Amino acid sequence: MKTPLSSILLVLFASFVGSFGTVFLKAGADKLERTARGVLTNWRLPVGISIYLTSFAMYTVAVKSGELTILYPMVSLGYLWTLIWSRLIFKEPLTRNKFIGIGMILFGVVILNLGNR
Amino acid sequence: MRVAGAGMMKRSAVSTSDTQNTASAVPTKRNRLKGNIMVVGCTILGAAAQMLIKRGTTMMPPLYDAAAGSVISQAPMIAWKILSNVPLFGGLACYGISTILLVLALRYGELSVLYPIIALTYVWVSILSVGLLGETLNVFKVLGLVFIVLGVAVLGRKDKNA
Repeated sequence: MKTPLSSILLVLFASFVGSFGTVFLKAGADKLERTARGVLTNWRLPVGISIYLTSFAMYTVAVKSGELTILYPMVSLGYLWTLIWSRLIFKEPLTRNKFIGIGMILFGVVILNLGNR
Repeated sequence: MRVAGAGMMKRSAVSTSDTQNTASAVPTKRNRLKGNIMVVGCTILGAAAQMLIKRGTTMMPPLYDAAAGSVISQAPMIAWKILSNVPLFGGLACYGISTILLVLALRYGELSVLYPIIALTYVWVSILSVGLLGETLNVFKVLGLVFIVLGVAVLGRKDKNA
């Protein structure tokens, strides 16, 4: 089974979109007031969850054609996008260990999926 | 001037205490550990969710019978088939709780450290798939899992020079 380029691009796009879901959840978490009103009026949380669901829907469409062993690990690229937003939006330090750690995770996910072939 | 200055000081004092109540927690070692443990909790819930949803979808009868009439006439039956599927709903509930836990965890640490910990979900799913679904492990799978665990371990460590 060949994996069409359209599926690959759609999964890449889904992982990119999904990383903004995480950004909104983090922004919502930082602003979280521990009262019922505070939780209900925290618009960042529903926005983040909606973005997640959108990303998930795109992924489901994409995997209808194509190999899961190729498409599934690409979802993990979300960790890389999130690293970029963490730096740009939340001013978190970019350490060498974060790059090495995420690199090892991505490598692990790829190898793991090769084992499922 | 004096009065205005005092008023401003008072206001800033109030807003400081506000931020302590609402903003993310102080990044102490203890809080970071708390966040890490909570995200690991998310991964266990996420793995449970995946297993339950898998079980729910395999036991799901065909939703729509083309011979038995239109989709609309079968809608109540379709709704009942979904609502009465306990594993499917249990799985979705696990995802819900996992998301709430993730939001609470994100208050305790850096997004760039906490979020990739989610990759541990792969580890639990693989272990559960062997234990419950009778799937087999091979060299690739084991090596992949080892790299994921090591990667998560490396990620949160401070650089020596930093």
